[in-house]
Amino acid sequence: MRRRDWAFYVQVLGLVLIWSIALLAAWWFWWRGVELRSYHDAWLQTIILGVPISGILLCFATLLTYLFIKIGATADGKEPELVIDRVEEELTHSVTATPSWRFRAALLGLGLITAWGLYAWWVQLRDGLSVTGLGRPVFWGLYITNFVFFIGLSYGSTLVCAILRLTNGEWRRSITRATEGFAMISLAFGAWNIILDLGRPDRLMLVFSWGRMESPLLWDVIAISLYLITCVLYLYLPLIPDLALLRHRVKGFRRPLYHLFSFGWVGTDPQRQALEKAIRVITALVIPIVVSVGLVSGWVFSMTVQPIWHSTIFGPYFVLGAMFSGVAALIILLAILRSTLSLQNFLRPLHFQNLGFLLLVLSLLWFYFTAAEHLTIFYGREPSEMQILNEKLFGKYALLTYLMVVGCFILPTLLLARKKMRTIASTVAASIGVGVGMWLERFLIVVPSLSQPRLPYPASSYTPLWVEISLMVGCFAALGFLLMLFIRLFPAVSLWEVREGREEGAQSAAARVRSYFPSEATQEKGAAS
Amino acid sequence: MTRWAMAIDLDVCTGCGACLVACAQENNIPPGEPGSERMIRWMEFLTVEEGEYPRTSTRMLPMPCQQCDNPPCARVCPVYATYRNPEGIVPQIYPQCIGCRYCVNACPYTCKHFNWSDPEWPSPMERGISPDVSVRSRGVTEKCNFCLHRLQKARDLAALDGREMKATEYRPACLEVCPVKAIRFGDLDDPEDDVAGAAQDPRATTLLEELGTKPKVFYLKEHK
Repeated sequence: MRRRDWAFYVQVLGLVLIWSIALLAAWWFWWRGVELRSYHDAWLQTIILGVPISGILLCFATLLTYLFIKIGATADGKEPELVIDRVEEELTHSVTATPSWRFRAALLGLGLITAWGLYAWWVQLRDGLSVTGLGRPVFWGLYITNFVFFIGLSYGSTLVCAILRLTNGEWRRSITRATEGFAMISLAFGAWNIILDLGRPDRLMLVFSWGRMESPLLWDVIAISLYLITCVLYLYLPLIPDLALLRHRVKGFRRPLYHLFSFGWVGTDPQRQALEKAIRVITALVIPIVVSVGLVSGWVFSMTVQPIWHSTIFGPYFVLGAMFSGVAALIILLAILRSTLSLQNFLRPLHFQNLGFLLLVLSLLWFYFTAAEHLTIFYGREPSEMQILNEKLFGKYALLTYLMVVGCFILPTLLLARKKMRTIASTVAASIGVGVGMWLERFLIVVPSLSQPRLPYPASSYTPLWVEISLMVGCFAALGFLLMLFIRLFPAVSLWEVREGREEGAQSAAARVRSYFPSEATQEKGAAS
Repeated sequence: MTRWAMAIDLDVCTGCGACLVACAQENNIPPGEPGSERMIRWMEFLTVEEGEYPRTSTRMLPMPCQQCDNPPCARVCPVYATYRNPEGIVPQIYPQCIGCRYCVNACPYTCKHFNWSDPEWPSPMERGISPDVSVRSRGVTEKCNFCLHRLQKARDLAALDGREMKATEYRPACLEVCPVKAIRFGDLDDPEDDVAGAAQDPRATTLLEELGTKPKVFYLKEHK
């Protein structure tokens, strides 16, 4: 019997935890089904919904157990220091070197803003939602806007990353880590904004103990909980080899942490095959989960009968908008990482060109969706929808609407339409426009519909107050703060994925391209590519 | 099956506002700031312009919760804090509400209200707080429930006498104070009932009928 160290037992505990989460979810759906049956409510749908969701969670638990056995079985107990070559050495600087004063100053600045946000939250907890600018009939404002926005950033960037992984887009290798970390952190702020919006956050758990399956908000709770677990795993699995590469190079609390989470990885062939299989499975699962989160966050609005909200376009519109804002956020994030961590060698102009092209395509699609939404409303001339459309196009929201169109459509198409123009600076500029524009889009979905009730109640307007604005700024600052800790804790570019690309990517891509063509011309075409 | 319903005769209503005051007094609704976006009134006036210029008129529509048979608010509540009860009333359970305001936004009639802050009564008004109705804390949603506590009270009194409650024993506060008897209330499923007759009246309409929410508050008015 091999000697087991403490990490082994903690890993086993972790596995027990994930299995119990999966079984708990299965039990929850069963229990809700039985309860709902006693209220003569949608019990069958609950159980039907529970089958794939608990199935996915059980699949995750199986996957982790499989990895634990496969990686642990081939590990011989000793953990040799793994070789890192000169090129990769650059990537480990951000993790191993002492942080610069600029890094510390930025961290402190963001921390202070976050602390201000926390103070605003305390004020809101003390005085209730009366400290916000909300009132009747605009019952939802900045918090719900930010909820949709942050969740969108998260699943949008995950979706892009997962598609690139699944389709073997070789250029993805140096952007996956930053994307996955960003997705994880911004998801937390999306969920957080829901809690900020609740009048009684202390009763949040009633959602689980009394969940009404018919409510789109409960669909959201289920989709986001599932996505949260998926997101953690999707970030974690590709992190294993990097933790192993770094575990001898870090000091302090990180050393046992990396030792624990790297599962005894040494990079043997069976270990790599097992990990790659697991990553493929989770990538395939992540796509439908992410799309479901997007659809459901649109459906929260479109399932009501409120004018403009009640529209079938909202599901796909939200998914697309999320990808759009996700890519924009990614470009900004990568540009910041590139210049502050000197990653010019890894995040090359090509990455920005490709992402910029994606942004351009999404911008055109966004324009189509927006035009289609507004044209159908305009042509239908339904009075209750027309009064909102008028407010958006010519009334008090007109300025925001046109700013949105400039940011989401005019700016990106002007800057990115020509290939020559797709430089790093211009993609970043377009991305900032898209970020602002997409935030405005979310705001213009939530607020104008509410400000014009169907019945002739006195008109009202919504102006966010300092607590809401502080909490919003605090969310963005905390996002930056956590991202900085993230790149301090883990390499911002995946070491092993880049290494794999350098070692095998070129050959396998060439072989793949060769396979597209008739066999006689194989040699020439392959060489040309 | 009993289905409680209300009929408001707009051709009789004088717009005196007694129902508004009675409702607030009965249901422990604090006075609030007039004209404020945060003032809560379960029964309030909706001002509707009718006719075409130059022959226009203004109508005051008393608006309680429409008590839909197919309520859009109850369906979206994630925690069963609002629901349609077997007698057709859609009450709110205050200790169950998490304050997400989804139901408030889903209501096409804008008839639900949110407690932005804790209720406050200027002294000595707090002495008028009714013990039959709970005082709502901040952070929860509330709404007209056809004075459901009066139904419970009427049932209890009838049970003490060992008999069935008659529909006429259950009377919401707004109807009780109406000086011109513009408000009628009763069981929609009882063909003998006054309200069932009013609902069949050619003058009867419901608001936003096209949404299919099947409101149980009928407005009677002459079509001009």
